[in-house]
Amino acid sequence: MSVFKDAGHLFRFAGLFVLAFLIFLVVRHYVVPKSFGQYGHYRGAAMGEIAAHPVKFAGHETCETCHSDVADKKKAGKHAHVNCEACHGALAQRMPAPAAPPANLYDRLLTFAGLKLPPDPPILLHADDPSTVKPVLPDTAVLCVRCHTASAAKPKGFPQIDPANHYPGPPCGSCHQPHNPGMDAGGVK
Amino acid sequence: MKISRRQLLILLPAAAVAWESVMAGTPEDASNYKLTDHWWGMLIDIPKCIGCGNCVRACQTENDVPDGFFRTWVERYHVSDENMTEPEVISPDGGKEGFPVAQQDDKKYFFVPKLCNHCADSPCTQVCPVGATFISPDGVVLVDQKYCLGCAYCVQACPYGCRYIHPKKEVADKCTLCYHRITKGLTTACCEACPTGARQLADLKNPNDPIHAFLKTHSVQVLKPQMATGAKAFYNDLDGSVR
Repeated sequence: MSVFKDAGHLFRFAGLFVLAFLIFLVVRHYVVPKSFGQYGHYRGAAMGEIAAHPVKFAGHETCETCHSDVADKKKAGKHAHVNCEACHGALAQRMPAPAAPPANLYDRLLTFAGLKLPPDPPILLHADDPSTVKPVLPDTAVLCVRCHTASAAKPKGFPQIDPANHYPGPPCGSCHQPHNPGMDAGGVK
Repeated sequence: MKISRRQLLILLPAAAVAWESVMAGTPEDASNYKLTDHWWGMLIDIPKCIGCGNCVRACQTENDVPDGFFRTWVERYHVSDENMTEPEVISPDGGKEGFPVAQQDDKKYFFVPKLCNHCADSPCTQVCPVGATFISPDGVVLVDQKYCLGCAYCVQACPYGCRYIHPKKEVADKCTLCYHRITKGLTTACCEACPTGARQLADLKNPNDPIHAFLKTHSVQVLKPQMATGAKAFYNDLDGSVR
């Protein structure tokens, strides 16, 4: 065909373009994570990875499944809305999920280069194994004053004391039962 | 069973689709959590905050936040009635161990807990050059730390100063609204640890969430409304001096 006479160099050039485009598609397939663009301009799988972080505060509902007696005592007093771990601290730390094999080329390269972070070491706490792990009893002398030390910055209706003048010496727990701290509630546990 | 060529041609793609679903995950792994059913935010009731620092400590424990960095922190304002534009603001170690005792004078005091506002139109996600930070379909601003380059554009873009570069991971880090907890039906660590209920997780898509009644009956404000960020940290009784 006379139209394509002496056009061989153009076809070779076009062939190179097609080849480069195919290489681009292959590289892109391996480099761009599968979930990228699933919900938007980000990696959808990242949400699952963030959601896989271990829970450390078990939540008062978990505590109340065993300690319903304490929950009932609290309900009757002024600490009814203070959750267990507000004073007792975080009581759950689950084992981190076993490390998944690297999902894509990007991850594999990171792992190969030693740039992947090692997983957190597991620490089991009370809510994970209530029979063997006993939580440390909070020290009322330290704990109570953290909230109840008088300060002009605190809301006026919040119960506040001056630790230097409010029966200094004995710990708060000598008079106040922490789960129901009112004096009419019977004092010591 | 005899299958004709026509039936086979129909069955093969159907089988391929079914196999793909099987390989996608077992039903036990499927979460009951539906992204489109939620739109998360937080209510902060300033008159209830006593500045105990429980939220800051709980957040650091729950999320392994390094010392000296904060996903949430508490500020104490000391404001005179004559000069509201220059309040005295302190936040020693993010308020983690509480605040020094304040003596009554002619100025007013109050505490303001701060955290990521999980803006619906967040400036931080708009500036990310690689799509590492994003607003999830349930309204939480998150960072994909595998994708983040650590360029810190987002740290500069956040009008509320809620982001930092993690000193060890060298990527952007911020409040995830305890995404690992709220997707399991738990509240955030800061809300769990707050002794006075000054912080409450709010699901704006849940018609039964108490946030709706609260927003209708209280004077609620967001921080820096002039920035039009669509902030979802709602502050009850917010003073005009808060920046």
